[in-house]
Amino acid sequence: MDIVVCVKRVPLTEEVDLVIDGQKKGIKKDQLAFVLNDWDNYAIEEAVLLTEKHGGTVTAITVGNEDDEEVLRRCLAMGADRAIRIEAGDTSRFDSFGISKMLSRVVKDLPFDLVFTGVLADDDYCGMVGMMVAEQLGITHANMVTAIEIEDGKVRTTSELEGGLGEVSLIELPALLAIQTGINEPRYVSILGIRKAAKKELKVMDLSELGMSDEELSPMAIIDEVYLPPETEGAQILAGDPDKIASDFLEILTKKGVME
Amino acid sequence: MSELFVVAEHRLGEIREITFEMLWKAGELAQEHSHTVTAILLGHEVSPIAESISDRADKIIIFDDERLKNFNADIYKETIAGLIEESKPILTLIGNTSRGMELAPCLAVRAGLPLATDCIDIMFKDDKLIAQRQMYSGKIFSDVSFAPSAGYILTIRSGVFSKDRIGDRQAEIVKKDFPLKDMPLKKDFIEFVETAAGDVDISQAELLISVGRGIGEEENISLVKELAEALNGVVSCSRPIVDKNWLPKHLQVGTSGKSVSPKVYIAVGISGAFQHMAGVSGAGTIIAINKDPKAPIFRTADYGIVDDLFKIVPVLKDRVLETKKG
Repeated sequence: MDIVVCVKRVPLTEEVDLVIDGQKKGIKKDQLAFVLNDWDNYAIEEAVLLTEKHGGTVTAITVGNEDDEEVLRRCLAMGADRAIRIEAGDTSRFDSFGISKMLSRVVKDLPFDLVFTGVLADDDYCGMVGMMVAEQLGITHANMVTAIEIEDGKVRTTSELEGGLGEVSLIELPALLAIQTGINEPRYVSILGIRKAAKKELKVMDLSELGMSDEELSPMAIIDEVYLPPETEGAQILAGDPDKIASDFLEILTKKGVME
Repeated sequence: MSELFVVAEHRLGEIREITFEMLWKAGELAQEHSHTVTAILLGHEVSPIAESISDRADKIIIFDDERLKNFNADIYKETIAGLIEESKPILTLIGNTSRGMELAPCLAVRAGLPLATDCIDIMFKDDKLIAQRQMYSGKIFSDVSFAPSAGYILTIRSGVFSKDRIGDRQAEIVKKDFPLKDMPLKKDFIEFVETAAGDVDISQAELLISVGRGIGEEENISLVKELAEALNGVVSCSRPIVDKNWLPKHLQVGTSGKSVSPKVYIAVGISGAFQHMAGVSGAGTIIAINKDPKAPIFRTADYGIVDDLFKIVPVLKDRVLETKKG
């Protein structure tokens, strides 16, 4: 069972004040901490769990610069066998379509039974790359996968639907599965573990090696402008010391009829 | 003048709300720009579903076949790609749902059309299509435009457009022969399973105290449980808490969990991602406790407490207990 997992390094933006960059095409990222995209963390873990059980290899792959190798090393420490970074210069000039083309060009020449991606990336929230890769590879797929079992050369998946319903399918290999959070409990990665994994193969390929030009990767969807959310009336903030806040809090609960 | 395609989403014989929301927006755009609205309906024995949207579209194209009884993205993709090639609609709208997110990117590649996902608004500025989206969990908005194309595909976030079910159109029903009766399938539907069964039904609770990622560690959940106990309320949570196995799935509020409608919803350490907020749209009053004043939840909550939950939640609990003692 050979599994390729497409991953992305994303900034941590919770509890952080985001600042729009000068071109209004994105946010300033120089002060932000970066992590492996949450969904991808689950995807790598699931791939490692499956190969521990059924044998085979896990290859982690990303499109990005040298800084992005940090998440590949994390994947290697979690148990991936090797990693590939596609060096494409400034990736902000590509859209999901272009990224999916690069990924599928590389994956096509790798041995694989399954390709995993996360459902979404925590930065742009597009959720497009995975299924686009599947279509370009001409393989079938399942979205929001919360359970996987391998049986007789096929894979049984549960896909999460809205409203607490799951859909169970039996899928032929090879296939692409977009992995949902919560499918497993991703293992802890220590600094020592990352250091040990430094011996594993991390290959870098650039666009010319892929035989791809900027022209064929030109974006179909372009960010015109980013901006802060329009002002809304918003919540009435309970101000003052904790005592005053507690009084106001109790008054609201009493008024709304939930205090006995 | 062109057609606007809306791909109808339905499940277990019932139309999904998102279909009405997309038809509402398509209707508005059609009126402004002299387009027509065409609903695309794939399924088996779907006449009642067609009936329910017949005043919201100018045309309903139906593919009715036993093979379409269950959703299959490969079949949807091939069928709709054929229709797009034939009619060249300027827009094709698909729900940004679990199924829509599987279908749309494949269809975009297959049909060679630009795609924007999870759109919260659609505009034409000087005849140029603009899709409005959110990034970074709703902390940043973006306007997306596209390379020139004969048509565009957009997926639409649930709950952003009107659910209004009454329209003033009269749909012509066009039944087409399903062209893919012999297409080999690589994916077979097996069954539906309930993923959120449990003993407590949070959808019936009058007072919910809901805990999110801000709680940090599993043992801290007791803080929220104690507040809930003091208030005789019920504990619920957001997705990250269930992902970490700290609370069971049946307590999860949001699109993939339960929709709730308590009199009061107290959100503790929940940032307010739209998937979560979609589940609380029926709440009477929302009180949010979060230390990040820019957390999206403060945009929709009625009342906010901007403070460290570890400091304020115990104070609130003590005060509730004191008051009850009288």
